[in-house]
Amino acid sequence: MKAASFSYVKPAALNEVFDLLARHGDRARVLAGGQSLLASLNLRLSAPELLIDITGVPGLAGITVSGGTVRIGALTTHRQIERSPEVARHLPLLAQAVRHVAHVAIRNVGTFGGSVALADPAAEYPACAVALDAILVLAGRGAERRVRAREFFRGLYDTALQPGELVIAGEFPVSGEAYRSAFLELARRRGDYAIVGIAAHARLAAGRISDARLAFLGAASKPVLALRAAALLEGRPLDAQAIAAAQATLEDDLELPADLYSSRATKLQLARVLLGRALGALNG
Amino acid sequence: MDQTLLTTLIVNGSAVTRRVPARQHLSDFLRDELGLTGSHTACEHGACGACTVRVDGAIVRGCLMLAVQANGRRVDTIEGLSDSGELADLQAAFHRRNALQCGFCTPGMLMAAQDLVTTRPEATREEIREHLSGNLCRCTGYQAIVDAIDDVLAQRRGAKT
Repeated sequence: MKAASFSYVKPAALNEVFDLLARHGDRARVLAGGQSLLASLNLRLSAPELLIDITGVPGLAGITVSGGTVRIGALTTHRQIERSPEVARHLPLLAQAVRHVAHVAIRNVGTFGGSVALADPAAEYPACAVALDAILVLAGRGAERRVRAREFFRGLYDTALQPGELVIAGEFPVSGEAYRSAFLELARRRGDYAIVGIAAHARLAAGRISDARLAFLGAASKPVLALRAAALLEGRPLDAQAIAAAQATLEDDLELPADLYSSRATKLQLARVLLGRALGALNG
Repeated sequence: MDQTLLTTLIVNGSAVTRRVPARQHLSDFLRDELGLTGSHTACEHGACGACTVRVDGAIVRGCLMLAVQANGRRVDTIEGLSDSGELADLQAAFHRRNALQCGFCTPGMLMAAQDLVTTRPEATREEIREHLSGNLCRCTGYQAIVDAIDDVLAQRRGAKT
């Protein structure tokens, strides 16, 4: 299908973006890479009057490391994240996850900020941001604020973004040497949205696991931490018994709404399998 | 009425300037405005890969980029790559291996395959499949396509030594 008619503008500064958003309100949509937005326009799931292309705004792309934090600018593409030595070194969870984001031709264009702002519950970055306790930097006219990813994602395509605000960056804390990461997902076809996925990050020392952050994607209306499973694992040797116990408690941790293809029982089974594999990978 | 914007891009090496409706995606622009019908449109929401073209050297979905977003950029299509001979060995291998039947997906497949063989010359069969995961083929079952690309990777590696 073809998109309905809209106007297009490509401002060269952030202030112009805020002016346009103030003037046009929810009749305008922000266009970054457009890899989800243009698809939804073509399908006429959305019909804004104005697209504000922010890719001409300087300073919103790139990955920098300073003071124990990796900052990823909103306009950084998936491909740049995939190829970044800083991400590979400091954020191995994200480096594993990005390879599951759609396909090469989409990763070349789609952006970090776009994925975060869309807040699809089956997307990879939101779960990673929750697992790693990242901060999202939001900017509006004359003000910038920082919101923990754990508070930013509120529900299906619903975030803490206020009208007139943009995600301009994500700040990920670099974790210590003893931390390990595993990102796994199950999809019908590589690159499709996950049926269920897990972003797992934990400390492993002397064979014991602690500070486990087990963020699931596709398991609720937003990325969700399996808190009971993590509490049960805290301080234990990561053996078969501990893994089985964590798997058994997932039923209480995850909402797992059925979708068109998978029942709750199927999703629960897949989540348990993924948790087992992820914990095994952390141990390996 | 549609807003139109003056848009200039380099298509297969030649500068092109047109007034383009804001909502027109790059694939429709190439096909309907320039007559470059080698890039196909099928799903038009990024799932099938039949519209794959190169923008500033990187493969993209033509249906998920507005023509106006390509303003000032270099666009290469299957026609350009075919005419320049850049794809000659891939095209021959697709022919030899029977890697197409109806041919609808083939332009997109070749664009994705060329991206792989130039960026990852050591790719394994598994990596070929991964790289092509965004391109759907409803005829071949993919096996012959993977065979053809695998052949070309081996040939190009051999040609270098």
